[in-house]
Amino acid sequence: MTQTHDIVGRGNRDGAALFQKWFTELNHTSDVGGQAAYVFVMGSMAELLRVFDLPIVMPEINSLQTAVRRVAHEYLDQAEDYGYSPDICGYVKADVAVQLRHGEHPMGRIPQPSLAVLTNACNTYIKWAEIWERMYHIPIFTLDIPGTRACGKQTWPGESDFENDRKYVLAQVKELITVCEGLTGKKFDIDRLRETLQHANVMSRGWRRVLELNQSTPSVFNALTDGTIYLGVSNGFRGTSEGAKYFEDLVEEMEFKAAQGIGTMTDEKYRLLFVGVPCYPIFRRFNELFSEWGGTFVNSTYLWFAAGGVAQGYEYDLKRPLESFAEGVLIYVRNAMDSMFYQEQALAQMIDPFHVDGVVYHPIKSCRTVSTGLADGRRALMASRDIASLFIESDMMDRRVVSEAQLKNRADAFFEGLASRRLTAAH
Amino acid sequence: MTEPIFHEWRNRSLDDAIYECRELFEDTTFPTVKRWRERGGKIIGHFQVNFPEEIVHAAGLLPFKVRGAPIDTVQSDSHFGSYLCSILKTSLELALSNTVPLEMFVTHPICDAARNLGAVWGRNVSYPCQILYLPQNPNSPHSVIYLRGEYDRLKRSIEEISGETITNDALRNSIAVFNENRLLMRELYDIKRDTPWLIPADEAYVLVALAGLIPREEHNELLHTLLPQIRARSARTQDKVRVVFEGGFCEQPPLDLIRAIARSCYVVDDDLLIGLRWLLEDVPLDGDPLTNLAEAYLEKSSYSPVQHDLRKPKEKMLLARMRNARADAAIITAAKMCEPGLEEQVAYTRALDEAGIPYFVGEFEESMTSFDSMEIQLETFVENILFS
Repeated sequence: MTQTHDIVGRGNRDGAALFQKWFTELNHTSDVGGQAAYVFVMGSMAELLRVFDLPIVMPEINSLQTAVRRVAHEYLDQAEDYGYSPDICGYVKADVAVQLRHGEHPMGRIPQPSLAVLTNACNTYIKWAEIWERMYHIPIFTLDIPGTRACGKQTWPGESDFENDRKYVLAQVKELITVCEGLTGKKFDIDRLRETLQHANVMSRGWRRVLELNQSTPSVFNALTDGTIYLGVSNGFRGTSEGAKYFEDLVEEMEFKAAQGIGTMTDEKYRLLFVGVPCYPIFRRFNELFSEWGGTFVNSTYLWFAAGGVAQGYEYDLKRPLESFAEGVLIYVRNAMDSMFYQEQALAQMIDPFHVDGVVYHPIKSCRTVSTGLADGRRALMASRDIASLFIESDMMDRRVVSEAQLKNRADAFFEGLASRRLTAAH
Repeated sequence: MTEPIFHEWRNRSLDDAIYECRELFEDTTFPTVKRWRERGGKIIGHFQVNFPEEIVHAAGLLPFKVRGAPIDTVQSDSHFGSYLCSILKTSLELALSNTVPLEMFVTHPICDAARNLGAVWGRNVSYPCQILYLPQNPNSPHSVIYLRGEYDRLKRSIEEISGETITNDALRNSIAVFNENRLLMRELYDIKRDTPWLIPADEAYVLVALAGLIPREEHNELLHTLLPQIRARSARTQDKVRVVFEGGFCEQPPLDLIRAIARSCYVVDDDLLIGLRWLLEDVPLDGDPLTNLAEAYLEKSSYSPVQHDLRKPKEKMLLARMRNARADAAIITAAKMCEPGLEEQVAYTRALDEAGIPYFVGEFEESMTSFDSMEIQLETFVENILFS
């Protein structure tokens, strides 16, 4: 009983504590005017930046926190007054307001950037960084990572097209090292990189295992709610010993729950996949629209792409750290992009092992990267598998386009359909 | 193919020839592309903004610029959600309705929405669809080598379609054809800039746009014939404001909107269909053709909101464009729901404010049909400048 009490829920408790610690440290960095690197979740390069002791700021996470804490509208209004259109990404606008407020944020004060590192996994990253470039005249480093050229046409080490991409990424990684050395005055230490890569390997392995363990019945975590906490640690603590320990503990928790048959909800009736980005303005309520019917999310594309694709399983070869880091970044950021653009194949493969009853698509106004292909992807999935699905649009930041009543109507109808399907199947 | 696929303009007066060009441009059945196919030709569709058409040309195929069209989205609507720009939907409509059958479709990661097109098209058409990853870090010294490799990959996939090897000599020949085309388009823009009363913005636009609809040799012949006639026009200068138009790099404003602007403004430079004019200088003919094309893309090119280059801050590039064109004002537009365009508007307008340059801000959609309100606002804007 004591063991159950200690283990179950530990991932959520420790995750919240780590998050608080992260933001406390950022607050301190801001207070002392220290250097900070602004990065993004898909290709954060945290493993490398930590070698230079650069605190990591993730503006996407800062922005979503304003929505979870129900103050996003204040930030969005300020950015729109500044000139940004209602039709562009809410994350960008919330961050613009954070910058205009000199770092003021519900979780503390965010330090100004000394450097921004971004990948092309999302084009808005590039436009976003250009805003900081104009505001602060800081170095902006775009790490360009070529993605999959066509569905199912990924290339791999040894193939000439992969090698062309790999050399490009490696060259850029080396250029980034030069930028970091110039900025921090610290010499690159390959042994420290080896350490951060080792921690990252533990985290990637753990992340993959945790996702896999949700095939259990009942499911051991809710991919939409609990999963978002794990995701935050995966991103914010990537390449650290704390992050590695967290994921070792999390695997232990999930294995324990799976072995003991302890589910994330007491009466699991429907197992769902979530496709898209969460509805942060009504984060808890959104989940209740499904949990009230006994529905729980057993996996999501969000946990794949927003973790930067690390669940793909690539582990760095510590004997050739730099080369392997470049190769890994290429492979898993590409995987993150694949889980947005070609998600229907991965979803189809999840249906059986995760015992899925339905798929919930949630395209959002703010993010065209994720949302543009969802309607078409849904059509393709429906054509290939006999599976119920729900398509609901809202936003991850902007409560003006979140209609709770409408979402509830659609969710209710979806569950009635699921119940009817089940009844029909039973006869 | 020696027989021209666009012949209607030949042996006509200048005004009649331009009328025929406009008719072709506005024909959403794309008759010249159909004629190419009827004669056994193959077609590679490439989405906005920039594409190395020379590689397709060298294979003897027709590069077709996929830039949407003012058409109803009968089939494609159900493939997309809300909050998206029109060009995505109308471009897919052209494919689903089989208006323009292709042998291959190539898109680029120019924006969050467009980078999805390779996957969306790939799920709905039988021909291959792919993404050409043009470098988003042109500041990396390695980007030329990378892009050379990426062009080589594209070349190999085009060879699979044509069934023939694309030789270096064929590439050099195509580069020469396109160099000539770029020179002629620069001449057209010289006329716009130096003697804008000789060619209204909508006419110049149509002449440029045809480059995406007919073989470049034909386009060269068209411009070779018409440019001297345009220079010889006897039109007189009018009281119009010299403006630069920004916002036409991807989805295109309706021709009637450009015409409405031309009624009160001389559009002395713009970014309309900038991909067709992306390379600013001749591409060298000696040496490795793919390396030359890659270097030109990175080092001798224009700017747009969808290419990040630390050497080309967009607002500074706009101010330079305005200076070079001796423009008095700017028209800063964006297609509805176009995130890069809308984001750039903030930087543009702030830079223009700082420089004390008047500007007019607007949004458009390719299918819009009413311009009265915008035209009245624009006329008021122009009058304020003319009579201030």
